[in-house]
Amino acid sequence: MRRTAAALVAVTALLLTGCSGAADDPGDVLTVYAASSLTAPFTELGGQFEAEHPGVTVRFSFAGSSDLVAQLQEGAPADVFASADQATMDKLTADDLAASAPVPFATNTLEIVVPADNPAGIRSLADLESTEVRLVVCAPEVPCGAAAQRLAERAGVTLTPVSEEQKVTDVLAKVSSGEADAGLVYVTDVRAAGDAVRGIEVPEAGSVVNVYPIAPVTTAVDPSLAQEFVDLVVSDAGQRVLSRAGFGPPDATSGDSG
Amino acid sequence: MSDPRSRLGVPRWILLPALLGAGFVLLPLVAIVARTPWGRFGELLTSQASQDALWLSLRTATASTLLCLVLGVPMALVLARSSYRLLGVVRSLVLLPLVLPPVVGGIALLYTFGRRGLLGQTMEVLGIQVAFSTAAVVLAQTFVALPFLVVSLEGALRTAGERYEAVAATLGARPTTVLRRVTLPLVLPGLVSGTVLAFARALGEFGATITFAGSLQGRTRTLPLEIYLRRETDAEGAVALSLVLVVVAVLVIGVAGQRRSAL
Repeated sequence: MRRTAAALVAVTALLLTGCSGAADDPGDVLTVYAASSLTAPFTELGGQFEAEHPGVTVRFSFAGSSDLVAQLQEGAPADVFASADQATMDKLTADDLAASAPVPFATNTLEIVVPADNPAGIRSLADLESTEVRLVVCAPEVPCGAAAQRLAERAGVTLTPVSEEQKVTDVLAKVSSGEADAGLVYVTDVRAAGDAVRGIEVPEAGSVVNVYPIAPVTTAVDPSLAQEFVDLVVSDAGQRVLSRAGFGPPDATSGDSG
Repeated sequence: MSDPRSRLGVPRWILLPALLGAGFVLLPLVAIVARTPWGRFGELLTSQASQDALWLSLRTATASTLLCLVLGVPMALVLARSSYRLLGVVRSLVLLPLVLPPVVGGIALLYTFGRRGLLGQTMEVLGIQVAFSTAAVVLAQTFVALPFLVVSLEGALRTAGERYEAVAATLGARPTTVLRRVTLPLVLPGLVSGTVLAFARALGEFGATITFAGSLQGRTRTLPLEIYLRRETDAEGAVALSLVLVVVAVLVIGVAGQRRSAL
């Protein structure tokens, strides 16, 4: 019995150290916290960064911007933070966690997303007003939901969603599974979702542009490395990758993407 | 393999990991109490969103517990009392939600009751729309809570044995009478604890609900979903609501414990 218990403890210890051993190599790992919508282009940029900096591993944590800021405020170790909107980045700067002033690096606009066969025959924002249409949006508490609310106000339409999801991916999942007739998500999400869904451009979307800021975090292990990643994102090479994913240039005032 | 038993009846060294385990469970609860914003507590709890979520949670958890009783008691009886050979396999499959991640359960439910799911199309024709409705929340909760009731009741039934039932039957009682007058009274404590477990599990359901039912205030946004959403903008508010869920859980377990010891 005693031997079994000792073995259990030993195995547990081994598993735990095994997990953290790989993660705690100081200096050689750059940890980037980025909004979920940045998953594809940032993963590509991470590969480029590793190629240009031999020996450096870039690790990403992709999640909702507000979730990420909450983690940073609780002391999560990150080197760079890229947010899906200014309001969320403001929370980081308000807590003096940004090592330098955040730089806008991309813009994103909303689009209507429908299942590939568009069962409800949606063509415009006004079509979403019908209570027959099962519409899913993001909750106003998260950036994509706040943007949807502003868009509805600007366009003068009243939206009655059947669900207010917490993440863009949840909205997409409900549309691609055919559960919902339509959703409001970012242009880049439609592009990343592939053939299961179709995007419908919204002329009014140009008036509601989400600006994505990026900043090195004060807890960065290697501040100069963190700054170099920020530089890569705002560089021409970085902008090309982002534009391929559907993001607009940071100074875009119109909603034109790509 | 020595046997230095203390007066507790367990080897003394067992106490150390036992205390560590208790601390591991209790310390996070202490942390929640410590972080609760008491100054804003009343205002946070009386907000419309909080009240809608709490009320919805209590309503749906009650409904799914009733559904669990209606479906789970017969399931436990069949599993405990019949000797069909393949029953072991059936039991493992039926109890699967116990070990399945809830989000997987949510996806499974979506492809069953969803609009393009196995049953969904038929239901759509009949004019029944489950997705994004409160009924979807109840389905998700029942799916994850049902095995808890079945497992505890089946255990109680096996422990109670069939002796009294056999005697009642030889005295001329019909099977339904035996079930009503002998079996169920015998296993009542097990039934109560199973019901309480199922209610608590339903109350805490998150993954299957957010995947299958969506999230809308007053309709599908239960307390766990409201807590998760509140964290986006108001971490303190989320803590206050978490405490409510902790208190409700403690009350439920306390009430059940008292009722059990009273029997």
